[in-house]
Amino acid sequence: MDDPLTIAEAWSSEGRKVALATVVDTWGSAPRPVGSHLVIDEEGRFEGSVSGGCVEGAVVAEAVDVIETGKPQMLEFGVADETAWEVGLSCGGTIRVFVEPVR
Amino acid sequence: MDLKILKALNVERAARRAAIVVTDLASGSQRLVKEADDLGGDPLADVLSARFRSGKSGRVEAPDGAEVFLTVHTPPARIVAIGAVHISQALAPMAALAGFDVTIIDPRTAFATPERFEGVNLVAEWPQDALPQVGLDPYTAVAALTHDPKVDDPALQAALDAGCFYVGALGSRKTHGKRRERLTELGIAGEDIDRIAAPIGLAIGAASPPEIAVAVLAQIIEALRKRPQAVEERSAA
Repeated sequence: MDDPLTIAEAWSSEGRKVALATVVDTWGSAPRPVGSHLVIDEEGRFEGSVSGGCVEGAVVAEAVDVIETGKPQMLEFGVADETAWEVGLSCGGTIRVFVEPVR
Repeated sequence: MDLKILKALNVERAARRAAIVVTDLASGSQRLVKEADDLGGDPLADVLSARFRSGKSGRVEAPDGAEVFLTVHTPPARIVAIGAVHISQALAPMAALAGFDVTIIDPRTAFATPERFEGVNLVAEWPQDALPQVGLDPYTAVAALTHDPKVDDPALQAALDAGCFYVGALGSRKTHGKRRERLTELGIAGEDIDRIAAPIGLAIGAASPPEIAVAVLAQIIEALRKRPQAVEERSAA
């Protein structure tokens, strides 16, 4: 079972706290299309992908905050962004990722 | 996302029905729009229809100026091959590699053996018995490959009725001429019969069964990727 939305439902039903990340915008060369999902639980375990593995670490860290605060966040990653460069979105594009709690 | 919306969405996805999650990006508030919903009165009706058609997710501006994201979920495409024949033996693994779920149906148990189709979803029943369970829909391609009218014809009729995005049938022009006469006698309209790709496959000069499988798979991909509007027209019909 590798479908993030099915996993999100299963994890929630198990009582785990869950966030869902969705690629909402891409510019230039981006490895995963708009609409791609990543599901994260409060311990930082995750399934799915919003990039080719480049920014998942940063998204997971933000998602744990989103689970705590209950407030959705919009994240942006690109080569012009030093933070993003550090986490390695080297494919040359920019992506925006919407992270929301599941509850 | 509200867990209720997530559960309802997963029900639609499991049933192979298209759905769109509409998210207000400022507030995070969401709603679920199902393909069968009446969009009359929805401020985003036109945009939603277009997105069901294209299958593409994306950000749009609502009439009230709100920034909205539409996550479009359309069922994954799959292939139902009629006939556990040599072509299907090559088609099944190639189609799986290309990302399609594959089901093979053939009532002839001498053909439909697990040894010949290891790891493939194989149904040793008549198409008219098996297809109601398989559940043909506009996101399914049907390739009739037995050369036997008793097996192929009921499957072709079911595929046309269900609005499958691709319907193909093996056989020469002459064979297809006779098929056309039989399907007409079954009461199928000429314009529906015209939707059958026959002789099956892209004209790449395929000779061997595996090459014919390549031609069929390529034609299915072409139908899926180059004519998405056809899916909507058929599902609306």
